[in-house]
Amino acid sequence: MSGPAAAPRPAAIRIEGLSRNFGALVAVDHLDLTIPAGSLFGLLGPNGAGKTTTIKMLTTLLPPTAGNAEVAGFDVQRQPREVRRSIGYIPQLISADGALTARENLMVFARLYAVPRHERKERIQQALAMIGLVEVADTLVRRYSGGMIRRLEIAQAILHRPSVLFLDEPTVGLDPVARRAVWEHVKELRARFGATILLTTHYMEEAEALCDQLAIMHQGKVVAQGSPAQLMFEADEADTLDDAFVYFAGSAIETGGTYRDTAQTRRTARRLG
Amino acid sequence: MTPPRRDERPGALVDGTPSRQPGPLRRAALACRDFTQQVLVIAWIETKKIQRDPTELLTRAVQPILWLGIFGVVMNRARAIPTGALSYLDFMLPGILSQSVLFIAIFYGIALIWERDLGLLHKFLVSPAYRGALVTGKAVSAGIRAISQAVIVCLLGLVMGAHLRFTPLALGGMLLFIVLGAAIFSTFSLIIACIVKTRERFMGIGQVLTMPLFFASNAIYPLSLMPDWLRLVARANPLTYQVDALRALMIQGGQSTLGLGLDLLVEVLVLVGLITLGAWMYPKAIR
Ligand SMILES: Nc1ncnc2c1ncn2[C@@H]1O[C@H](COP(=O)(O)OP(=O)(O)OP(=O)(O)O)[C@@H](O)[C@H]1O
Ligand SMILES: [Mg+2]
Repeated sequence: MSGPAAAPRPAAIRIEGLSRNFGALVAVDHLDLTIPAGSLFGLLGPNGAGKTTTIKMLTTLLPPTAGNAEVAGFDVQRQPREVRRSIGYIPQLISADGALTARENLMVFARLYAVPRHERKERIQQALAMIGLVEVADTLVRRYSGGMIRRLEIAQAILHRPSVLFLDEPTVGLDPVARRAVWEHVKELRARFGATILLTTHYMEEAEALCDQLAIMHQGKVVAQGSPAQLMFEADEADTLDDAFVYFAGSAIETGGTYRDTAQTRRTARRLG
Repeated sequence: MTPPRRDERPGALVDGTPSRQPGPLRRAALACRDFTQQVLVIAWIETKKIQRDPTELLTRAVQPILWLGIFGVVMNRARAIPTGALSYLDFMLPGILSQSVLFIAIFYGIALIWERDLGLLHKFLVSPAYRGALVTGKAVSAGIRAISQAVIVCLLGLVMGAHLRFTPLALGGMLLFIVLGAAIFSTFSLIIACIVKTRERFMGIGQVLTMPLFFASNAIYPLSLMPDWLRLVARANPLTYQVDALRALMIQGGQSTLGLGLDLLVEVLVLVGLITLGAWMYPKAIR
């Protein structure tokens, strides 16, 4: 698969036996998952299930303890630079610089991703238009609302036309209106650029509205996978995705997330809110 | 909310999938160009921030004012420290300048912890930018801040009657060593930030480090005055080489005791070493 002769099929994620330990804690436990090109894939799971850790390994931020993964046809461990060139990532935390304007934020990443000089201005303008921030493009991001920051981050992540996008809890801490705006943009990303999108969320209605495939993670493993309808059917014919989630990740209610997880989620929510 | 849609290019996906294979020389040239470009982007962010918040630069002038205005004046009167042909004020000015650059640079890593807590650092690290370029960019940024510090300290010195040298060569050399010094200590600071990861621990370590670095150097007294063990420590301290060079460059009649060539060599080697280490440590900051 890695030889130069076999042209790698872009825009897909293949995860094989991927594991990550933090000391004694097994955050991701022999994960196997294949995400077809062009899909909008939702990774669900209770706090501490290992979603962010998985995304960090797929985006080359964290070396796996064992196993491997391919993103956009490139090996995350052996071809990290190629992987980075092909992906966009919006972290669970905030990733736009408040001391710069939206346009400046975009310019920084256009240059870091080596978007050709003659295309930069045009692409930035396009991205700003797409997410509806043209009027406030020259305002400091510090003054933005949570929803505007998220939209800016979306624009930032697509400047270089990535074929795979990772969105870690893109709507955490947003009000319902801002959340829906983000949904629209995520859908548009796929429609317009044909990107494969992997997102995590705690909101079942979001997973149902956006994703065509879901996987529920629990304690580092995938415990269920399929379309939203399939999952509901398999979960003893649950009426809602919420019920299906509880069915598959039920024991998590008692184990809960750790202090660290909770603190991190709330911090993000507060910053964005 | 829905923006007007222009140009839908179907399948406008991956940029520049490497199809043709350029030769090794060309690849190296391209890598150099990318590296430089990335360093400049990071430094550009810093200039934007300085432009928007210049008050910070002013508050940083307080410390050198105290050192020069009080310590310097008293010691100048006392003539307790033999400084050869130079007045004590002339002798200490490069030392105080280096010190103020050091004090700013050594806390530079706090910005990294801030960026990490926010999530900005993650974003930089998933970009294809070289980690070395990100670290060098930060070092250059610290250098840019240090230059403003140099202007303030030199103005202060002039007001107090120091004998500064203003030839283009002296000024250029001075800038070079100030930027080098700031780059060295800010990269050192960045590495510490990658290790300790929390603001509280970082501040503690920063505080512990500054004074020994300052006192175990030739900033406010000559090497010749030190006991042997301290002189050894001072010779291992990059600040000593910076002060030594600045003393020769900035001050009329000032002389280097170690040799400008050695000063430059040590500073450059230390910086390259630290940046290499920093590039390796940088991704660990978010693990
Ligand atoms: N750097 C780290 N050091 C130690 N433990 C970690 C680290 N990062 C994550 N963990 C632990 O690994 C487990 C999985 O964390 P992860 O952040 O992947 O969960 P998550 O599914 O993203 O949760 P959430 O929904 O709260 O974001 C958690 O128990 C967490 O405490
Ligand atoms: Mg998470």
